[in-house]
Amino acid sequence: MAYQAKLRVWRGDATSGELQDFEVEANEGEVVLDLIHRLQATQTPDLAVRWNCKAGKCGSCSAEVNGRPKLLCMTRMSTFDEDEVITVTPMRTFPVIRDLVTDVSYNYEKAREIPSFTPPEGLEPGEYRMQQVDVERSQEFRKCIECFLCQDTCHVIRDHEENKESFAGPRFLMRVAELEMHPLDDADRVEAVQSAHGLGFCNITKCCTEVCPEGIHITDNALIPMKERVADRRYDPIVWLGNKIFKRNGA
Amino acid sequence: MASPAGTSPADNPTPSRASIAPRTLRTDRWWLQPLLTTLGLATFVVYATVRSFMRTDYWAAEHHYLTPFYSPCLSDSCVAGSSHFGTPIGELPAFIPLAFLSLPFLLGFRLTCYYYRKAYYRSIWMAPPACAVGEPHERYTGETRLPLILQNVHRYFFYVALVITLINTYDAILAFGGENGFGIGLGNVILLLNVVLLWCYTLSCHSCRHVTGGRLKHFSRNPVRYRIWTQVSKLNTRHMEFAWLTLGTLVLTDLYVWLVSSGAIADLRFIN
Ligand code: SF4
Ligand code: SF4
Ligand code: FES
Repeated sequence: MAYQAKLRVWRGDATSGELQDFEVEANEGEVVLDLIHRLQATQTPDLAVRWNCKAGKCGSCSAEVNGRPKLLCMTRMSTFDEDEVITVTPMRTFPVIRDLVTDVSYNYEKAREIPSFTPPEGLEPGEYRMQQVDVERSQEFRKCIECFLCQDTCHVIRDHEENKESFAGPRFLMRVAELEMHPLDDADRVEAVQSAHGLGFCNITKCCTEVCPEGIHITDNALIPMKERVADRRYDPIVWLGNKIFKRNGA
Repeated sequence: MASPAGTSPADNPTPSRASIAPRTLRTDRWWLQPLLTTLGLATFVVYATVRSFMRTDYWAAEHHYLTPFYSPCLSDSCVAGSSHFGTPIGELPAFIPLAFLSLPFLLGFRLTCYYYRKAYYRSIWMAPPACAVGEPHERYTGETRLPLILQNVHRYFFYVALVITLINTYDAILAFGGENGFGIGLGNVILLLNVVLLWCYTLSCHSCRHVTGGRLKHFSRNPVRYRIWTQVSKLNTRHMEFAWLTLGTLVLTDLYVWLVSSGAIADLRFIN
């Protein structure tokens, strides 16, 4: 059952790099990460790759396989033909450190820009009984393993480095949605999601949803609902007119 | 110069992406979906435009079938019988479609629909053509400024679309009574199918999902709206499906009315 798989791996660093071809033994039931490890063990001891759980739960082994953003540990060899060349490259959207390892600090910076959970002032522990239906929506977003594959795929920053400054990316727009939909969060997040986190850049083309290994419906359940909230606040002429006439602030 | 292993990115003067020249390394047929989408949308647009300006064979007088492309027909230019709401408007010049009151809103509803936006942004504007395939544009600002910021008016088109769907429903009900009284033919089945799917498309709209309940923070305090939201959400997961199905049934309905009213085929009658 074992065969020699054709692997093409990007090797290099921030200054230069190239795709290199290898033949690596593949056995039944293996995933791409197993072959990368075998390559490291038998041919290229200095190959850099980030991984931890090998169970699709830590979000470390994000890379691109045949051009598609994937977790290396969840990409089965059985999905390729035996004579197919399998190209493994680092995530394109982030600066490369070495080989398959990228510097994902952009994501941590964006995470820090979002004000944390803000419960109502003076609410004591135990005073509020949470209903399941009230937290259900936010719970879906809590499945996120922070692999940043959605961030890597999103064309807003993948194809336009200059947008990184003003765009938080799907993972963090979803974080805003998670807090906004939380029944106990008091912060006003709707204005900021558009002006500070760049929701308007998203054109709902759903690539984040397509690559999410947790199957979170990022676009349908987080981004579009946030766009609708922004429309409530900013682009609803009836609300706008009401605010003009009655000199109300906010809504 | 390659940096030695263990160098932190901070020591690297210019943190940059891995140098990978091709715009994508995808090996599957990623171009197929944008191609099919473009063909599908183009076919509909051409058909709908031609038919909307034709002004013939939109009303099958014998069975009272009215095509949705001419509803509501409110002007004196409409053929006798096709005006279900009277003719408050005089003659219309030939360059104005008879359904001038509904068509712009239906177009607006679909143009600003979250699904169609995805479809044409990907396939026509190619931003992006497919996931992880580089887009050809130098700059990209998305929906942050004019004109695309106008996509935010979607909900108003949704409200108007609700009214138009009601009108289409009324048309379909009236079609059960033809010149010889009550009867059912294949045309009725098609009109009805079209209307049912139009309701599915309209109610599965993301703005509908938002206004019926999505905007609430406390579902538990609004059990009725929560239930409605749950149902709309179920339909919403199939919004894309309904978007395409209704393009199909609109063409099918119109084509059938066209063929019957021009006498090319006779309506298949089940009852009377
Ligand atoms: S749906 Fe929006 S956030 Fe998600 S990948 Fe597309 S543009 Fe980016
Ligand atoms: S939302 Fe999905 S794709 Fe994005 S970081 Fe979380 S798990 Fe990864
Ligand atoms: S190694 Fe943890 S997700 Fe792949």
